[in-house]
Amino acid sequence: MKATCWIAPNNVAVEEVPEPKILNPRDAIVKITSSAICGSDLHLLDGFIPTMKKGDVLGHEFMGEIVELGHAARDGLKIGDRVVVAFPIACGNCASCQRGLYSVCENSNPNAAIAELAMGHAPAGIYGYSHMLGGYAGGQAQYARVPYADVGALKIEDDLPDEKVLFLSDVLPTGYMAAEMCDIKRGDIVAVWGAGPVGQFAALSAYLLGAERVIVIDRFQYRLRMVREKCGAEIINYEETDVMDALRDMTAGRGPDACIDAVGTEGHHASPALYAYDRAKQAVKVELDRPHALREAVLSCRNGGTISVIGAYGGFIDKFPMGSFMNRSLTMRSGQAHVQRYWRPLLERIRRGEIDPSYIITHTMRLEDTPHGYDIFKNKQDECLKVVLKP
Amino acid sequence: MGRRSTIDVRSVTDTLGIERETQSRGSQGLARFLGWFSLGLGVTTLAARPQVGRLCGVDDSRTAQTVLQAAGVRELGHAAALLFPRRAGWGAWTRVAGDVMDLAASTTAMRNRRGERRRRLMYTTWALAGITAVDLYAAVQVTRGGRFRASNRVQASVTINRSAEDAYRFWHDFENLPRFMSHLESVRMVGDRRSHWTAKAPAGRRVEWDAEIVADRPNEMITWRSVDGATVPNSGSVRFVPAAGGRGTEVRVDLEYAPPGRMFGAALAKIFGEHPQQQICDDLRRFKQVMETGEIARSDGSPDGTNTQQQIKQRPAQPLAMPRA
Repeated sequence: MKATCWIAPNNVAVEEVPEPKILNPRDAIVKITSSAICGSDLHLLDGFIPTMKKGDVLGHEFMGEIVELGHAARDGLKIGDRVVVAFPIACGNCASCQRGLYSVCENSNPNAAIAELAMGHAPAGIYGYSHMLGGYAGGQAQYARVPYADVGALKIEDDLPDEKVLFLSDVLPTGYMAAEMCDIKRGDIVAVWGAGPVGQFAALSAYLLGAERVIVIDRFQYRLRMVREKCGAEIINYEETDVMDALRDMTAGRGPDACIDAVGTEGHHASPALYAYDRAKQAVKVELDRPHALREAVLSCRNGGTISVIGAYGGFIDKFPMGSFMNRSLTMRSGQAHVQRYWRPLLERIRRGEIDPSYIITHTMRLEDTPHGYDIFKNKQDECLKVVLKP
Repeated sequence: MGRRSTIDVRSVTDTLGIERETQSRGSQGLARFLGWFSLGLGVTTLAARPQVGRLCGVDDSRTAQTVLQAAGVRELGHAAALLFPRRAGWGAWTRVAGDVMDLAASTTAMRNRRGERRRRLMYTTWALAGITAVDLYAAVQVTRGGRFRASNRVQASVTINRSAEDAYRFWHDFENLPRFMSHLESVRMVGDRRSHWTAKAPAGRRVEWDAEIVADRPNEMITWRSVDGATVPNSGSVRFVPAAGGRGTEVRVDLEYAPPGRMFGAALAKIFGEHPQQQICDDLRRFKQVMETGEIARSDGSPDGTNTQQQIKQRPAQPLAMPRA
């Protein structure tokens, strides 16, 4: 079968690889009908997530049709079912899963010891997202193996098109969780750094959860235009406006009640000097992430407010404004999305027409064209926001 | 094994009623002290060479100055050998070797010194002899355990989201153990309390032994030990303690064994990466997986499941060509 393989930083290729097989009783094999390139795949592409190997199959946002089932996964699933697959691989039985913390499942990462070296404790395994996170083959392919399919595959029983339900796999629950972590109260103003798919859905969800105003910060005019038109958010282009001043002004000095970092490890900064500071340290691996958005979010937030970090970070950061964070009674919440906790209620909202996530798709292409998809998505060419691949 | 092999080891009966080895840290403390002593001596000698020379009574010769400088540098070497490793081992013997050199130098110097200088050299020599005795004692103490005993103890624990009853019941059926203990090939019950174990050993070998249950407290603890004549004499216990606040069960394993081939076998096992501490940690991770999910987590990069040793040479995360059991 064909699959997108990571070769080296900034080098992916569509290659012929073996078809996946059932390895465990709770596995399913899914014939993929739609797969997406996620913003966090770019951190892999750029080589900022450690423990990638040449030949690793990429992709963690996908859906398809079950073509094979292990004997223990037949309860509730059958061959021919149309399913969306959650990007965090979760067993459903451990203490974390039972608390709804699926992305920190205690059993799904067979390489937990590597992750423990880097992070202290290991999070769950993720499809196609480095060996530290399990060494699972990803879903930018024709077929994928889905472990613990009874927990990780959501059956789609009506005729909603792939485009409307595919993002239940990752970016929609991720954006939703970002907003939920803000603990939004009536009248709250929420600021979102990043107008990519996750930032867009975080803005949308913040309104759904009762925010009075949502302000989105980005530097690409087309993304800002889209988040204003589709989500109704106010916008700041940080290359044209000083973000701290603008937020202070828009909130009459208070600062946003909650700040969402939907940017993560490869943030940019309007000041070339400040950008160069982190970029240089990242290049020589003194610092693994560029936390521009996170620093700005902390400094902008109102006293006693909440920082919600959903952007993906890989390692260590420097110059975290701890003094501001501590002295001003801020709260920080973070996590990879616990997809399985959110996808049923979100599917309901899609069914009822409250959300139509398909608007973020700007490009649909064949699996063979994935390298081109990565290229335009990474370089923000052709007004690219989301690429969907059709195997 | 290296971590523990250089410690003075003696035998005691532990709280579980099993004969175990315990360690004395006294000799380690002495070795550490000697390390700091070397550091002080080295720095003093290098910083105040003329004064030290006067004190020893060798300040009248140019050669003595050079010898003193060399001795100062050497003391810093001893300090490094004793203070940097986690446990002082053979480093302690470097001090003994240094003492012999110092004694030789001072007795040589004594031959052509007279009067006050000779008297000072005499004091120096006696002091050196005393230090040599202490060094010899410390060196023998810190290296003795390793040379004569090569037994080992490993401990590991995990929390499982199941009741102590479930975990105890699964473990108590010893024939289940190979399901998560990857180095075990089989365990067969050959009597009420007796079982026959077969395990894979380094370099494709195989070891077999009989074990008996020593103590068995339902839902709390199982203790076993190998019967006489085992190639790898071993004993172990597993305890099941309900975790606070309904957080499942804390499973604590404590194993002690004498590796085949003693030190050589132990070193060999380490070279092949089959370190028991790592093995037991991996085993417990798999025990948790089997208890909680009914299967062992396998990915395309780790088709054999959790195995820390295998992680270094992991295959790419590509689907497998061949089905696996």
